[in-house]
Amino acid sequence: MHELALCRALLAQAERIAAAHGAHAVRRVELRVGPLSGAVPELLREAFAVARAGTCAQEAELVVHEGAIEVECEACGARGPAAAPNRLHCPACGGWRTRLVAGDELLIERVELALAPRACEEGAEHV
Amino acid sequence: MCEHCGCTVTGGNAHLLEAGAPEGRRTVEVLEGLLAANDRAAAHNRAHLARHGVAAVNLMSAPGSGKTALLEATVEALAGEFRIAVIEGDLATENDAERIRARGVPAVQIATGTACHLDAHLVHRALHRLDLGAVDLLLIENVGNLVCPAAFDLGQHRSVALVSVPEGDDKPAKYPVLFRAADLVLVSKCDLLGVLDGFDPAAVERHVRALASAAPVWRVSARTGEGLGRWCDWLRALVAGVRAGAAASVT
Repeated sequence: MHELALCRALLAQAERIAAAHGAHAVRRVELRVGPLSGAVPELLREAFAVARAGTCAQEAELVVHEGAIEVECEACGARGPAAAPNRLHCPACGGWRTRLVAGDELLIERVELALAPRACEEGAEHV
Repeated sequence: MCEHCGCTVTGGNAHLLEAGAPEGRRTVEVLEGLLAANDRAAAHNRAHLARHGVAAVNLMSAPGSGKTALLEATVEALAGEFRIAVIEGDLATENDAERIRARGVPAVQIATGTACHLDAHLVHRALHRLDLGAVDLLLIENVGNLVCPAAFDLGQHRSVALVSVPEGDDKPAKYPVLFRAADLVLVSKCDLLGVLDGFDPAAVERHVRALASAAPVWRVSARTGEGLGRWCDWLRALVAGVRAGAAASVT
């Protein structure tokens, strides 16, 4: 359950971005979370609802885009989806020597800011 | 990537990224890792270690799988050869650090409170409590947990995952994120293989390969000493490699 720590890091980044753009609030945060990132989207949503209190993202919506796992075979060069997070074999030849092309990402894709004359305060207590 | 605000947007290019948002709102493309702050701290730790030519290993496993016992045996075997230091991560108590100190090796205990993993910032603070100029090999025992530690880079050179015989041979299939991050998998408490015959070491290796990992899977027992020679050789090679790298970067 490290999703709360992840949300705190996320909110710290969101506050910096808001401050840099002179925004007074963050309305929406969009993440991309792969099945091999180690983060669980449902737990992220729950943790976000707790962690956002008292920040300039306290009314923000969290959107989690769940990515798929894609591998590339080192033997035959085929590229395609993996069967499961614990079965990363080549979808064509079945070999285990594959390289992960997608599926471990844990990215802030974009944030939507509300613009107002007053800038979002930086360095809030929770950071 | 901008280090200050975590975005790549400037006054010059901002208009390219702002499209379709309602009035009074602005959408900013970020595309930065959620763990960017941790990753920066891990890079900083790596620089600390490189400056002093210290090789660092992050040991991860479930609680009670024998990390501390393995470290005690490792210290016993290598203390005459290398200057070793240990960082211990636990939610509470100094117990593990005291076990290591009893072997005459400096150990820093990080008590994480409620946190289920070590992160690069915690390790950075611990590094400053060690005299890195007097260390060749730093062994970091992560909090006993097969989920969260995998997500946080500490600045280590290598990661080792332990799966002990009583836990069952399917742990790598159940916790793919952590075992995928391991450079070496140790089947610990292998002296119990004769007692717990449901555990198949070959199955551990199969599950690790299914994660597209070429990490070696070796048996060890801190109690009987089985496998410790190979494990120590692996550490020797790592220390030699880091030293060579440090020497190369100086010249």
